[in-house]
Amino acid sequence: MKSFWRRYSGNPGAVVGLVILVVVFLVAVTAPLLFPQSPWQMVQRPFLPPLTDAAFPLGTDALGRDVLAGLAHGAWVSLAVGLVSTVVALAIGVPVGALAGYFGGWVDDALMRFTEFFQTIPSFALAIVLLAIFQPTLAFVIVAIAIVSWPPVARLVRGEVLSLRTREFVEAAVLSGQSSLTIILRQVLPNALPPIIVLASLMVATAVLLESSLSFLGLGDPNVMSWGYMIGAARTVIRTAWWLSFLPGMAIVLTVLALNLIGEGLNDALNPRLRRRPE
Amino acid sequence: MSLLRVENLSIALPKGADRPFAAEDVGFDLAPGEILCIVGESGSGKSMSANAIMGLLPEGLDVVSGRILFDGGDILTRTEGGLMDLRGARIAMIFQEPLSALNPLMRVGAQIAEVFEAHGVLRPAERRTRALELLREVGLPDPEQAIRAYPFQLSGGQRQRGMSAMALALEPEILIADEPTTALDVTTQAQILELIEELRRRRGMAVIFITHDFGVVADIADRVVVMQTGRIVEEGLAEEVLHRPRHPYTRALIDAIPRLSRAGEPSEAAGETILKVEGLSKTFGGGGRLFGASRVVHAVQGASFELRAGETIGIVGESGSGKSTLGRCIVRLTTPTAGRVLLGGDDIAHLSGAALKASRRRIQMIFQDPFSSLNPRARVGRILTEGMIAYGTPHIAARTRAAELLELVGLDASAMERFPHEFSGGQRQRIGIARALALEPAIIVADEAVSALDVQVQAQVLALLADLKARLDLSMLFITHDLRVASAICDRIIVMQRGRIVEMGPAARILRDPETEYAQSLLDAIPGRDHERARAAL
Repeated sequence: MKSFWRRYSGNPGAVVGLVILVVVFLVAVTAPLLFPQSPWQMVQRPFLPPLTDAAFPLGTDALGRDVLAGLAHGAWVSLAVGLVSTVVALAIGVPVGALAGYFGGWVDDALMRFTEFFQTIPSFALAIVLLAIFQPTLAFVIVAIAIVSWPPVARLVRGEVLSLRTREFVEAAVLSGQSSLTIILRQVLPNALPPIIVLASLMVATAVLLESSLSFLGLGDPNVMSWGYMIGAARTVIRTAWWLSFLPGMAIVLTVLALNLIGEGLNDALNPRLRRRPE
Repeated sequence: MSLLRVENLSIALPKGADRPFAAEDVGFDLAPGEILCIVGESGSGKSMSANAIMGLLPEGLDVVSGRILFDGGDILTRTEGGLMDLRGARIAMIFQEPLSALNPLMRVGAQIAEVFEAHGVLRPAERRTRALELLREVGLPDPEQAIRAYPFQLSGGQRQRGMSAMALALEPEILIADEPTTALDVTTQAQILELIEELRRRRGMAVIFITHDFGVVADIADRVVVMQTGRIVEEGLAEEVLHRPRHPYTRALIDAIPRLSRAGEPSEAAGETILKVEGLSKTFGGGGRLFGASRVVHAVQGASFELRAGETIGIVGESGSGKSTLGRCIVRLTTPTAGRVLLGGDDIAHLSGAALKASRRRIQMIFQDPFSSLNPRARVGRILTEGMIAYGTPHIAARTRAAELLELVGLDASAMERFPHEFSGGQRQRIGIARALALEPAIIVADEAVSALDVQVQAQVLALLADLKARLDLSMLFITHDLRVASAICDRIIVMQRGRIVEMGPAARILRDPETEYAQSLLDAIPGRDHERARAAL
């Protein structure tokens, strides 16, 4: 654990990423305390530019809603959607990949053809179709994002399991009478964990982007304030009030960048041998 | 007049390693046309010393003192560019594992031509002709074909010959061979040793040969340097060192080599038959494929033999002879295509489900690689108890038993709380043995169980196995490519070639007087035989 931290902190980008993410996380958690009022509430005149009223440092939008409150509440939505949808995607992808890789043969064929069925449809188009069918609530947004993002997990886990199952310690477990389920859960998957963790951190970033894109198109939950919705609502006034698109855009950029930096740092820390050599 | 002189070379290990120096105060001379063997166990610093000569030390390891004199200058003071002029052109190297040393995506001919290209010699058309000549010189059977082959299309011995051709391309004065035969079969090893000897004779090239095997030393070395934990403990002419080793470590290394000339005691183990293999065959591939015909490999064909209680049978053969597949079919890690494996009336080859699980605990396996046979994320206690718990032993009883097992194989019970990476190769193999014994099997199948270990550790593990076998009344199938190891532990020997059993009989008889030519060729290929005969005659 100690050496893990040493390797992780050896990558300055990863540390910066972690700091940004912690800030975003703190903002998301404290949003209901700092901005107890609903972010949908009209509080000032519309189009108040940033840094003009001390009570609303980032100004107001086209309907006079507080931009800062919107960003804070949006942080919670973005992180919740990113994390939960990734957990759901892992819950689908890991078992599919593990079963396919461990049993091989027709199980592998069937599961992989099923996975490819999802992979052949452009993921964003599929997410739009799913949300057009479902109710656009936060829960269904999460489900839609999970459904389009599990196939890469299944692929990765299958590959790892394929190589691990031929290792001698797995064969020894077979000989010692352990059941296939025990072997997958206790021998194989713990050793496949590092790449899964790295992929998961990057998937959170993709999910945040996907949620923003869906909200931008007006397909998100209309009852929650999200960064994508803020950009979408402000796009018609981008020439007169550019900051209304720019500020939530920066929030998305920083969060996604932080997650990518963390993913890279985790990769270096968990796979020290694959680490890129310092120049 | 020495060609290369290493003086007081010390290479520092990173902080936190088990010792401060990878190599400490190492010094030796290399005369033109001489074969110098650097011998030692793994971790003795022998490869590091050679890598320093090529300027190929891994990151984090630095030369802290000493000089390497070659061609009137110190190699260590050369710049990267200066080293590049040296590498390949004047000092060349061949490696242990030719499959990873060759680029898998390049044809062999192109890789040899690349050497000329890197040093800017010859015109493109000449490079190919020269590559062909080189391949012929290193004795590849069909150079015209080999030059167009990718590395994976060649056998291990052919790849090592290809590597040698690359190393010889620019007619270097020194060839450094880092365990070039360790990954090869005995027969192939004998051919490569002959090749190196012949090249030395024909070209007057000096060779630094790094090995852990004193048998190899006896066959080719002029002079020997023995290294232990980074230091040179003995140096001298090969004859001297082999016959009159002065340092106790050298003596221990030489004594640890299993002897073929074992007293030919008759196998008294005439217990009842415990395992009967009948007409066992295993064929890989052959399933109908959508595109193209698939390749069919007959890994094992019609193997039949009986194992009696308390007996050890050695299954010997080169790689690809089907000996491992046979072992895996017997423990049912692989399902045989045809034949029966009778274990006390049950045919394991055709059991499934609960019946298979019930039979399985009576036949257990010890694996080859002590590094991949233990789950790196599980503590030793868990590794040992998992099997017992799977068969319904209560948790606490299983832990008590695991502690007993650890003591049985010569480890402390405190090992339970540690992870596999905290142990050495030999200790890990002991843990693997303890795991195999946990289910109280009647039969142990050991697949190359000591092949990955240093000679001294190998001798200890073999002694442990012999002791356990006697104490626990085990029967054993001992799969190995090394006849010396087989002779140390086996009552009977089965010789396999291309999937078939070609010879079977008492160990003493096969080692003294084999019936088939193939078994004889395996015996002849054992390195250091002449030396051993000379020793036995004394």
